[in-house]
Amino acid sequence: MTDNPNSIRELAVQGLWRNNPGLVQLLGLCPLLAVTGTVTNALGLGLATLLVLLGSNIVVSMVRSVVPAEIRIPVFVLIIASFVTVVQLLMNAFTFGLYQSLGIFIPLIVTNCAIIGRAEAFASKNAVLPSAIDALMMGLGFMLVLVALGAMREILGQGTLFDGADLLLGDWAAVLRIELFQLDTQFLLAILPPGAFIGMGLLIALKNLIDARLQQRQQQAASITRARVTAQ
Amino acid sequence: MILPVSKNAALLALVALICVAILGLVNQLAQPRIAEQQLKNKLAILNDVLPQNRASESVLADCILVTNEALLGRATPQPIYRLREDEDISAYVIETTAPDGYSGNIDLIVAVTPDGTILGSRVLNHQETPGLGDKIERRRSDWIDSFQGKQVSPDNKSRWAVKKDGGQFDQFTGATITPRAVVNAVYNAGLLVLKQPDLASRPANCGAIQ
Repeated sequence: MTDNPNSIRELAVQGLWRNNPGLVQLLGLCPLLAVTGTVTNALGLGLATLLVLLGSNIVVSMVRSVVPAEIRIPVFVLIIASFVTVVQLLMNAFTFGLYQSLGIFIPLIVTNCAIIGRAEAFASKNAVLPSAIDALMMGLGFMLVLVALGAMREILGQGTLFDGADLLLGDWAAVLRIELFQLDTQFLLAILPPGAFIGMGLLIALKNLIDARLQQRQQQAASITRARVTAQ
Repeated sequence: MILPVSKNAALLALVALICVAILGLVNQLAQPRIAEQQLKNKLAILNDVLPQNRASESVLADCILVTNEALLGRATPQPIYRLREDEDISAYVIETTAPDGYSGNIDLIVAVTPDGTILGSRVLNHQETPGLGDKIERRRSDWIDSFQGKQVSPDNKSRWAVKKDGGQFDQFTGATITPRAVVNAVYNAGLLVLKQPDLASRPANCGAIQ
């Protein structure tokens, strides 16, 4: 891999797959497990986290040369906390229903280590543009894991998808709700926190399985080329 | 001489100041909209329990704070809204709490006429088991509507119970404690109205809260 580590492609691969904050770094597990009962909640928290991450990465990167190393962590925390509060106020004003159903987990974005992790590990060492792209990719990676887990739990638990999407996107979105099958009794395990743990475990296992397959194929490809070389 | 420490401290204070300024500004801009949303939300809840969408801002303003741990389930004051027809009160909307839910308090809102007929009720807040106890929510099942039109009086306590206990209300498969708690809380809210006719004459006093 001679790719420039800051190229969009490399940042995307890192954020969405190889270094995914949800599946690989296992950061921000608390909101990840707690709010993924439905796709709507997962999407809402994913978007909020993405916004905060984007804002904090950009600002941290802008002030990185001004802030002395000794006080960088408190400054980053202040920046992140401000962005979270702004997002919280805006959600309270414009998506009231979702704000109520996400509850305490919006202010808890402050404690999501994925955000301070990116500020410290990436934005404090890189220019604004790569930092923004890194935030976008990491945030998207986190959101995709949230949504995948939310979809899994919502389908198993309630037999629906996008239940309550109108809370997030406005009244028109009520039509997004899909009733896949009618359940007389809900599948409790999927809705309760243990279901989130098990679902998360399955997702990680799936990712590792795919990685193992890819590696195997690469090795095979390598050995085949070598065989051809020796034959000549 | 300026020590590096004090320089850092000053910088940190400056950053904090900037953050506070930004937050204050955003708060200022968002506040009217948030207040409007909260008011809309409150009115929507009142309209859920009152017939024919009769709630308006005057109902929200005509509100008294009542503390009655025995009947309302909380040691802290809870609001009661009064719906008036001309000058007479046609309904009380009571925020009450069932303290004996399966997992913690269940917050309810109950509309009662002065003669003790339940007009409607909704659950505001609860932590009951999803899939079992959460059938008390209107969006999960219409069980909560079974209180509509039922009469509360001091001598029909035995009818105000789940069927398992010899009463008139259904329990849920796998969850009896939750509906039992809700039935009791709704009955007690009705009883409060019957026992305290002076609720009508008290001056409105919850302007500060809301």
